[in-house]
Amino acid sequence: MRTVEQTTQEVLDLAARHFQVAQGSLAPDDDFFKKLGINSLQALELLSRLENHFGIELPDYEVQGVSDFRTLAARIQSRL
Amino acid sequence: MLDLSKYQSIGAALKDAVEVFAGEVCLIEADRDRENHRLTYRQFRDQAMPVARALQDKGFDAAGRAAIIMTNQSKWLIAAYAIFYSGGVLVPLDYKLTADEQWQLLKHSNASVLITEYPIWRQLSGAPGRAEATALQTVIVTEAPPNPDLAGALRWESVNSAVDSGNGAAPEFRARTRKDTATIVYSSGTGGRPKGCMMTHENYLEQCVALTSLYPFAPGMRYLSILPTNHAIDFMVGFFGPFICGAAVVHLRTLRPEYVREAFPKYKITYVSLVPLVLKNLQKGLQTRFDALEPGKRKAFNALVALNKMLTKSRPRLGLSRRLLKQVHEAFGGELRAIIVGGAFTEPQTLQFFYDLGIPVANGYGLTEAGTAITVNDLKPFRADTVGKPLPGMEVRILNPDAQGIGEVSVRSKTVMSGYLNESELSAEAIVDGWLMTGDLGRFDATGHLQLFGRKKNMIVTEEGKNIYPEDVESVFESLPVKEFCVFAANYVWPARTMVGEHLVLVLHLEPGQTLTNELLQEITARNHRLLNYKRIRGLVVVDEDFPRTASMKIKRNALAERLSKLDRSHAVVEV
Repeated sequence: MRTVEQTTQEVLDLAARHFQVAQGSLAPDDDFFKKLGINSLQALELLSRLENHFGIELPDYEVQGVSDFRTLAARIQSRL
Repeated sequence: MLDLSKYQSIGAALKDAVEVFAGEVCLIEADRDRENHRLTYRQFRDQAMPVARALQDKGFDAAGRAAIIMTNQSKWLIAAYAIFYSGGVLVPLDYKLTADEQWQLLKHSNASVLITEYPIWRQLSGAPGRAEATALQTVIVTEAPPNPDLAGALRWESVNSAVDSGNGAAPEFRARTRKDTATIVYSSGTGGRPKGCMMTHENYLEQCVALTSLYPFAPGMRYLSILPTNHAIDFMVGFFGPFICGAAVVHLRTLRPEYVREAFPKYKITYVSLVPLVLKNLQKGLQTRFDALEPGKRKAFNALVALNKMLTKSRPRLGLSRRLLKQVHEAFGGELRAIIVGGAFTEPQTLQFFYDLGIPVANGYGLTEAGTAITVNDLKPFRADTVGKPLPGMEVRILNPDAQGIGEVSVRSKTVMSGYLNESELSAEAIVDGWLMTGDLGRFDATGHLQLFGRKKNMIVTEEGKNIYPEDVESVFESLPVKEFCVFAANYVWPARTMVGEHLVLVLHLEPGQTLTNELLQEITARNHRLLNYKRIRGLVVVDEDFPRTASMKIKRNALAERLSKLDRSHAVVEV
């Protein structure tokens, strides 16, 4: 079982790869819309990729209003 | 379709619709590839009645205000039905706003009831705004896990037992009149003065008649609901319109592109509404697939598209297009009649792309204040370069036209709002002698189609359909170490004949002797990045004169804009 810190790190790494930014340039408390300059459609793409990676389903409504990596990772963690 | 001329209110029409179409499928809700449920109109009514009972038992009065903050799902419509049945005023709020913004609007609307989803309530109840929304008495949450702290809210599923259900009698139907307020819809103002459009029952009844005369619904038809239901378009074509015609609404709990694509063939979708951003995304995906065809197939495909284009020049021929371009249409389920696009201006090239494939795009023009749509393309013939003709019942005129016939679009109709909530001054500016001033610039061509050329008002609309007002983003720059600052829509200062690619600029007046240092630029950039990407300023203008101000020291925006307009835009604006 991953720890929440491990999950958070994996979320950050995967987001960096997906949006082609430097590994390590993203931090847990970053707002991913602002930091990555992405729109809602691009955020949905990231969610699909995270679901595949962690092997879970994360309903859209469960992450509604979530915009930072730390909270996103916590939502994922609760479903692992 | 019900004869809406006989009805006084949304509630009365919906009440009859669930009786008349009792056995028809009303709602389908799916989550990924699973179908959550499928309700007939009878089953829908059976689910809504306990909610109405619970609201009334909680003291919800006729003309009381009830807010809904939910993603697109069946319970949104069930809750709305219960509110209208109880004679209430619906306050549909955007689930994508922040908790602070939602509290601000809950407070402004004076809503006594809130119906929301647990994940949204979790954020709301943790935010500090609740204490100020003093009118809020009852909160009902859906999708709550088994043992959460509901912070005083009621669980949707147990709403019957959680309230005093009296003797179990059916809830009372409360009649309203056409002139009564049906909804308060916020068109803007989360950072400044909220603009709560008070829409009457008549506004909706009349708009529905006009829209369904061009794009009719019937039992068996299915509308895919993607635009948020708080949005005027989805409320009309994803709720009221299909209901009074006995059609079905399909909700997807996951709006990821892969599941949306699957929904078209799976549920044989008839209509869908999209914002330009999503439509363009769809276009891009299709174009990529067409480009990947091997040369021979590509040539044959292009020839079929050209043939379809020729044969549908004067009007759509859905049957023919579906046979000619079978694979494309099958991907959309084979029964799609039109894609409705709204919320922002759509580029003609995108509209034409779909029409050439035999998929009409019902583009139009409207604003919340006018009751959704003012003009819609009637497809006789399709005109990608216009936003269509005025809907039946809409009087549209161009004020103070210039030499090219371009002036401000104004509208008079039974669909125009009664005014902004608690803002008589703003209302009087917006509606003059019964005419709604849209702030948009347009002209009619020789065939009566409206063409838009830009805006007269100080705001921008993004491709996602978001209205952004400069006043709403200024707060992020408060206490910036400069003498004074102001945000403008660039096209408001330097009028441009376009409705796309709009952006905001920050105007700075520095202190005497101050220069635009790297440090100041970094500060501006950092603050700008606190805004969501679509709200960010894209340019800076530095001026060396004091801003014109009123006696109470408010910036005279019009006078400042006029002064700025004398500057050469290309030199004055520094990109950030």
